[in-house]
Amino acid sequence: MDIETIVNISLLTLLALTAIMLVRLQNLLAVALLSGIYSLLSAGLFVSLDAVDVAFTEAAVGAGLTTVLLLGAIAVTGREHSVSRHSNILPLVVISITAAALIYGTLDMPIFGDPTAPIHVHVAPRYLNQSGEEIGIPNVVTSVLASYRGYDTLGEVTVVFTAAIGVLLLLGKPNKNRDSNKK
Amino acid sequence: MSIKSSLILREVCKVIIPAVVLFALYVQFHGDYGPGGGFQAGVIFAAAVILYTLVHGRDKAQRILPAKIIRVFVALGLLLYAGVGVAAMLMGGNFLDYNVLLHTNQHAQHLGIFLIELGVGITVAAVMIIIFYSLDEFTE
Repeated sequence: MDIETIVNISLLTLLALTAIMLVRLQNLLAVALLSGIYSLLSAGLFVSLDAVDVAFTEAAVGAGLTTVLLLGAIAVTGREHSVSRHSNILPLVVISITAAALIYGTLDMPIFGDPTAPIHVHVAPRYLNQSGEEIGIPNVVTSVLASYRGYDTLGEVTVVFTAAIGVLLLLGKPNKNRDSNKK
Repeated sequence: MSIKSSLILREVCKVIIPAVVLFALYVQFHGDYGPGGGFQAGVIFAAAVILYTLVHGRDKAQRILPAKIIRVFVALGLLLYAGVGVAAMLMGGNFLDYNVLLHTNQHAQHLGIFLIELGVGITVAAVMIIIFYSLDEFTE
């Protein structure tokens, strides 16, 4: 086994362990911290897949900021997960069916790393071969994200913007009434 | 949420925060050449501000970056991004077609990517900071 396989296997094992712990823990503070660890492990996995841009985002957003925001949310809502008194059978059935459907969906996917997979023969060759000439910057990821797929990225930024508006509507108080509300 | 900060915490932050901000700027403007770009840079910048807020409290942080101004920046970044698209249209191209912005295609692409990455960075940083401010305010 080469070193990369060993790294991948240990990262995936740790990911699975973290996921199991996440489901089993009742203390939300620990859950928030563990989900940060989960993101950090995912970032490591992305690095080993040579997707450094994705890894960078995952480490900064998932392991960094989301943890802080989750802790903030827990400070608002409380630290303990309330145990539900309903039976677990219906959720289990729903989850089993969904998981079975998802796994069934993966059956006719091309095998991992297959060079003839549709994703590798559609637009990717053009991006890789032509972007040096058409865009002229070394990082192809940035070329795709900011130029070829600029319209999609505009959509992503709009989603981030909308998220902020949602949070402000839920939590933000209008400036004028701030003092009178408090007292 | 602000920690009643100890001397050690304040002094460590004095060292860390400028480095984090510098790194955010590096990631923002070096995204063409290495990993990174507006999304990552915005988050890293916001992390620096959030760290400052956690240690020194929201009042002190808002003296430097008032929520009012941050709220403007939330929209400003998105407007800059969409504005580049509209500018391309006004100059005779398609929406977000950078090639018409300058006379050579590669220079135009550089400029377009620089501007929209800046827009992304501004919006992402402002959104993260304003969400944190709101949560902080809400917990009081």
